[in-house]
Amino acid sequence: METVFTPFASLGGGMGIGLGSVLLMLGLGRIFGATGIMSGLVFVENRDELAWRVALVIGMVMAPGLIFVATGTMPALTVTVSPVMIVISGIIVGLGASLGSGCTSGHGVCGLSRLSVRSLVAVPTFMATAAITVFVMRHVFGG
Amino acid sequence: MKLIFALFTGLVFGIGMAFSGMMDPAKVLNFFDVAGSWDPSLAFVMGGALLVTFFGYKLVWRRDAPLFGTRFQVPTGTVIDAKLIGGSALFGIGWGIGGFCPGGAIPALGTGRWEVALFLVAVVGGFYLRRLLSSVAPTAVKP
Repeated sequence: METVFTPFASLGGGMGIGLGSVLLMLGLGRIFGATGIMSGLVFVENRDELAWRVALVIGMVMAPGLIFVATGTMPALTVTVSPVMIVISGIIVGLGASLGSGCTSGHGVCGLSRLSVRSLVAVPTFMATAAITVFVMRHVFGG
Repeated sequence: MKLIFALFTGLVFGIGMAFSGMMDPAKVLNFFDVAGSWDPSLAFVMGGALLVTFFGYKLVWRRDAPLFGTRFQVPTGTVIDAKLIGGSALFGIGWGIGGFCPGGAIPALGTGRWEVALFLVAVVGGFYLRRLLSSVAPTAVKP
């Protein structure tokens, strides 16, 4: 399925993601890693650690609704795989991101920005396996 | 105040995510589909996010401490091990199957789509799977 190339919206949106990451460091001194934040909601350390994560996630979840109220359109979201594949992908993502200590936000944005050696290894690794997976699913099996 | 700041931070991140297109699995997968319906938008997302975070972190770290905390909590590990590489490789495979990643899926929950909720539940399943692996093979996958 084709999608429209959106260089300006994507650059602007990316800067928003970056701003969010910088604000979390400024306010709470934390890395904006979605996996770490989610994991902190599941495996609770203490009330204080839980509270800021809950507030952060509420803010994140509010975003599409706010955009809908402001612009009248909900951000596009097209799912291209079956529910079974969604579950499989989710389990692999959860397992992989917790083993590798991060995902696209933690390693990709925050880690690369601070030139973390671990992130400099992690990001090319997951970009490569993602590209191989997409190629195999779409062009070998004809997804 | 700290929690309001966290909520606002999440909102900024989520709005950026929504405008960037990273919330849309179809757009994510097309970034990797160079041999098919390629959409390079996500390179602009990463570019924008890294630009802001790289310089933003430098500015923030001129301070001695975050606004609502005593110290900056930044990962300091430099060990490149099988867990990091294997975990990241797995994460990329999962990301490549469905086009969902945690950072995009948490704000995407706000669109009210059940597929997003299903993915996030599966991610939590993956977190538990990792815990299970750590307990049966502690030397292979230390927590």
